[in-house]
Amino acid sequence: MNLDFTEEQEMLRTSARDFLTTECPKTLVRELEESEKGYSPELWKKMAELGWMGLVIPDKYDGMGMQFMDLAVLLEEMGRNILPGPFFSTVVLGALPILSAGSEEQKKEILPKIAGGKAILTMALTEPSATYEASGVHTKAVARGNSFILNGTKLFVENAHIADYIICVTRTKDGASPEEGITLFLVDAKSPGIKCAVIPTIALDKQCEVVFENVSVPKKNMLGELDKGWPLVARTLEQATMAKCAEMIGGAQAALDMTVAYAKERVQYGRPIGAFQAIQFYLSDMWMKVTMSKNITYEAVWMVSEGLPCTEKVAIAKGWVNDAYKFVTERGVQVHGAIGTTRDHDMGLYYRRAWAADQTFGNTDFQREVVARQMGL
Amino acid sequence: MDFKLTPEQEALKKELDDFLREEMKNAPPGWEAGMEAMFSDEGWPFHRYMARRLSEKGWLVRPWPREYGGVDAPMIEQVIFSEVMGYHRAPGRDIFGIGMIGPTLLVAGNEEQKKEHLPPIARAERFWCQGWSEPNAGSDLASLTTRAVRDGDDYIINGQKTWTSGAHFADWSFILARTNPEEKRSRGISFFLVDMKSPGVTVRPLLGMNGTHLFNEVYYDDVRVPARNRVGEENEGWAITRATMNFERSSIETVGVVKRELEELAAFCKETKWNGKTLSQNPFVRHRLAQLAIEIDVGRALAYRTAWLQEKGGLLLSADAASAAKVYGTELAQRLAYTGYQIMGLYGQVKMGSKWAPLHGSYESSSQLCMGMNLAGGSSEVQRNMIAWFGLGLPRTI
Amino acid sequence: MDFRFAEEEERFREEVRAFLKKEVTEEFLMGLEDRGELDFSREFTKKLAEKGWLAMAWPKEYGGGGATMMEQLIFNEEIGYFQAPTGAHRQGINLIGPTIIAHGTEEQKRRHLRGITAGEVVWCQGFSEPNAGSDLASLQCRAVEEGDDYLITGQKVWTTNAHRADWCHLLARTDPEAPKHRGISYFLVDMKSPGITVRPLINMVAAHDFNEVFLDNVRVPKENMVGDKNQGWYVSQVTLAGERSQIGLPSSCKRTLEGLVEYVKETKRNGEPLAHNPIVRRKLAEMAVEIEVNRMIAYRVAWMQHKGLIPMVAAPASKLFGSELLQRLTGIGMEIMGLYGQLELGSKWAPLRGAMARMHMYSLGIAIAMGTNEIMRNILAIRGLGLPRA
Repeated sequence: MNLDFTEEQEMLRTSARDFLTTECPKTLVRELEESEKGYSPELWKKMAELGWMGLVIPDKYDGMGMQFMDLAVLLEEMGRNILPGPFFSTVVLGALPILSAGSEEQKKEILPKIAGGKAILTMALTEPSATYEASGVHTKAVARGNSFILNGTKLFVENAHIADYIICVTRTKDGASPEEGITLFLVDAKSPGIKCAVIPTIALDKQCEVVFENVSVPKKNMLGELDKGWPLVARTLEQATMAKCAEMIGGAQAALDMTVAYAKERVQYGRPIGAFQAIQFYLSDMWMKVTMSKNITYEAVWMVSEGLPCTEKVAIAKGWVNDAYKFVTERGVQVHGAIGTTRDHDMGLYYRRAWAADQTFGNTDFQREVVARQMGL
Repeated sequence: MDFKLTPEQEALKKELDDFLREEMKNAPPGWEAGMEAMFSDEGWPFHRYMARRLSEKGWLVRPWPREYGGVDAPMIEQVIFSEVMGYHRAPGRDIFGIGMIGPTLLVAGNEEQKKEHLPPIARAERFWCQGWSEPNAGSDLASLTTRAVRDGDDYIINGQKTWTSGAHFADWSFILARTNPEEKRSRGISFFLVDMKSPGVTVRPLLGMNGTHLFNEVYYDDVRVPARNRVGEENEGWAITRATMNFERSSIETVGVVKRELEELAAFCKETKWNGKTLSQNPFVRHRLAQLAIEIDVGRALAYRTAWLQEKGGLLLSADAASAAKVYGTELAQRLAYTGYQIMGLYGQVKMGSKWAPLHGSYESSSQLCMGMNLAGGSSEVQRNMIAWFGLGLPRTI
Repeated sequence: MDFRFAEEEERFREEVRAFLKKEVTEEFLMGLEDRGELDFSREFTKKLAEKGWLAMAWPKEYGGGGATMMEQLIFNEEIGYFQAPTGAHRQGINLIGPTIIAHGTEEQKRRHLRGITAGEVVWCQGFSEPNAGSDLASLQCRAVEEGDDYLITGQKVWTTNAHRADWCHLLARTDPEAPKHRGISYFLVDMKSPGITVRPLINMVAAHDFNEVFLDNVRVPKENMVGDKNQGWYVSQVTLAGERSQIGLPSSCKRTLEGLVEYVKETKRNGEPLAHNPIVRRKLAEMAVEIEVNRMIAYRVAWMQHKGLIPMVAAPASKLFGSELLQRLTGIGMEIMGLYGQLELGSKWAPLRGAMARMHMYSLGIAIAMGTNEIMRNILAIRGLGLPRA
């Protein structure tokens, strides 16, 4: 057993923290929230130069060949600082499934572009059915000649409006179970028939409605096998869920740190409010939630990174971290008092993200049902 | 005990209900309840319009004495009125004017002040805001530092107030300022009525987490206020403050609003199918809605009890009863907001204006706005202190 | 990071598990319950001593096994899972033994440590008093010098197992003039000494674990003081030395949860297994989540100790969470059982031997014992977050 990060991981963390503090101040975060694109191409370029987009991409595709655990360290820092933009969708929802299931040709074509910061990706999975289960996938792909024709509406697709490629999860067959007959396609986002609109959401994180209307995709752009795409989606969801948890624990820690600092500095009734036991109890409960979130997240991330079976552990982690992040930011606002409810205060940035992340890749009810099944219920 | 309303009360309730059902058709599109809606550019004219209509019907200040525009109505009528208003999410009742400064003047104002200020409130002509909190005087209000210095027949006021809801629309403000800087804390504070059009008053917006403009900072720069606008004696303002805080704490209006929202949420769950299943078939959804129904009923009972205490003991509530009503009401609204958001799943995060936003995106906004209500008018922590001190007789630590 | 145990650690776990499976049978536990000694068995403690597991992490020179903190963690996890009785050795192994090792004289070590490692001498702890609970340092029990002895007079309370113990380690005031933390000394007291009266305090489940202990001019030789005079408060802080993960709480909860899972699978209400009820599923899953989260913070504590760090904050956090988890879990267990949840041991209708209601009542005590959860939260706030003292 070894519950410590490696020296390299600690260095990655420190350099990421320094970089993000300098390059992505909260003023930029707010600006990007309000902007149409939602990311800064200039910052994106700098991140590519640091090799971040290629962190988990093998050397032979111009990446750095590091592990998922390393990626989680980086994502934790991104969550801590808040980094708007398509890093998550490109690397976690794009590069990882291509690494898992892409053909050599697909890998050669796309992975170096991702590593070089030259391609933005996303995955279109959820639909108006608003579930992460296979039964929610109704977008159809029908074979015609050397192509498939895609029709359907995808919803809550991160960054589709700026994406170069969209990995679209489609139904190619009605099978005996909802998991059968799912096929993934690497779709050129500029293909005719794709309509994309940003949905205004609580975290202003550029989730989109993407309508596919007779969109023709060459057969060679199929990612993985025909009709047997669900295990790839499930695997990607496990990775994405833990990647999201990594972001969330970073955000929760930041919210806690900010609140502790405020409780020490804000004076009422002649003493710092942190001297009041009521406030101390809030803060110690916040600390508990954050610390426990980190420990469980690291364990589940490690399992994902090692390729161990982790369905239950991932659901446990997300089921816990969802509530923890909401709790910490809610109490964080409360301890800050009215100032914490304002648009110009950073606490709100985290509060809104906690509520967005809560639903992403499965809310707590969803995760608990996964756990229940794994327990044999 | 008898929980029934009299036939007259039932009739009043019905009349008001019918009236509001009709009038609320004039509400701006996507109208929501609460101060955030009232203090928006679209909401403010509607607020004033509704205030006028209610005044015309004689409903605005019914518990007040006849000479100032009321009909000496019993407290219970006020509760009925607020509950129905809440249920219809109707604006029109200026909580600062009718709820706070009006009763304060009735108790502590001189005859001249009552004559000058109460009728315009009753006629829905003058709207108020509350200038108490300061950047360094929040929960610890008595540490406020805004200064008022006597200068002939006037006072000259300098300082900064903050979290002033609706200051960007209000006509008048009631504020606290220190008249004796030698005295510590609650001693040496006086209570003033200030015309917001006075030279030297500057209002700056403080936007909420989701961009809503409810709060303001108000700066006072050599603002001249006639001495006759001081309520009560010089340096004796704190006692008046304590009274003002305890008039407006029945949570019945919140309970009314929450009840309406729960009904709409339940209707939404009955109508909405995701992935082939109606939301209302989901046992978690059912339990969460049922839990809220229970809490609303408990809240309603608490509000009626509070009104009953006021009926028997006078308008001025004991601090613990007032605090209990406030903290229960705002936290109930918070639970409703969170529950609604949860039930909406991925859709909960969608903002008003998107075609994908369920129930006008009201849960995306209320899940943020609810936090402010836990703090405005005294944080939940301060309210709980009040309950501990005055309700349970526990020793004070501060 | 690597969350795997080493192979020899896994083998050790298997060995412990096989032993416990054989020893801690349903029958054995029922026997303890019948005797009213739910968590107390001298025989079982002796068997652990014979296996060399009792003081496994103590240094070899004091009769310990020199095991690593991770091995101790594994052992404690299994003991917790099997809900094995530890009352006859807990105080000796975790508290008094490490204190004597750190602060005791050679003579004290020679005299007391062997009895503990052999599982032969049972200890109890005389710290709390009627007016010194969370504020322990305000204790009033007096020790007055007389020749080669101290005469101790006062009252202790909530003394678990005082009626079964051979010895007691207690704190008494030796300088009433000094500031409250600086006038306390630490004594080892033979429970057979004249002047000691033990009176039972029956707890909510009608069991006799707690006692009041009255000391009336109890003569204690000076050589039984541990550490220097008036340094007792600081001596008592050493008890931090033992394995502090509190892994026993989540692992015991895990066992209880497994029992509940079996119960809901087997039990039908209105023709439908309880396990099909989505609310039941969700509640049990929530508990599985919390148990796992608790396990991970307990591992973190052990890991810190393994590396030689003192888990000043993580350890109280684990205790705080684990004790509240036990309350939630047993509360949920009772809710799920519905009307049956209230049945106690002995009723033929009681599911899971009526253990749920009983454990729920016990759990309230666990949130209080060894520092209330309010004190735990204060510790987190002050030590962990650096907030000012109230």
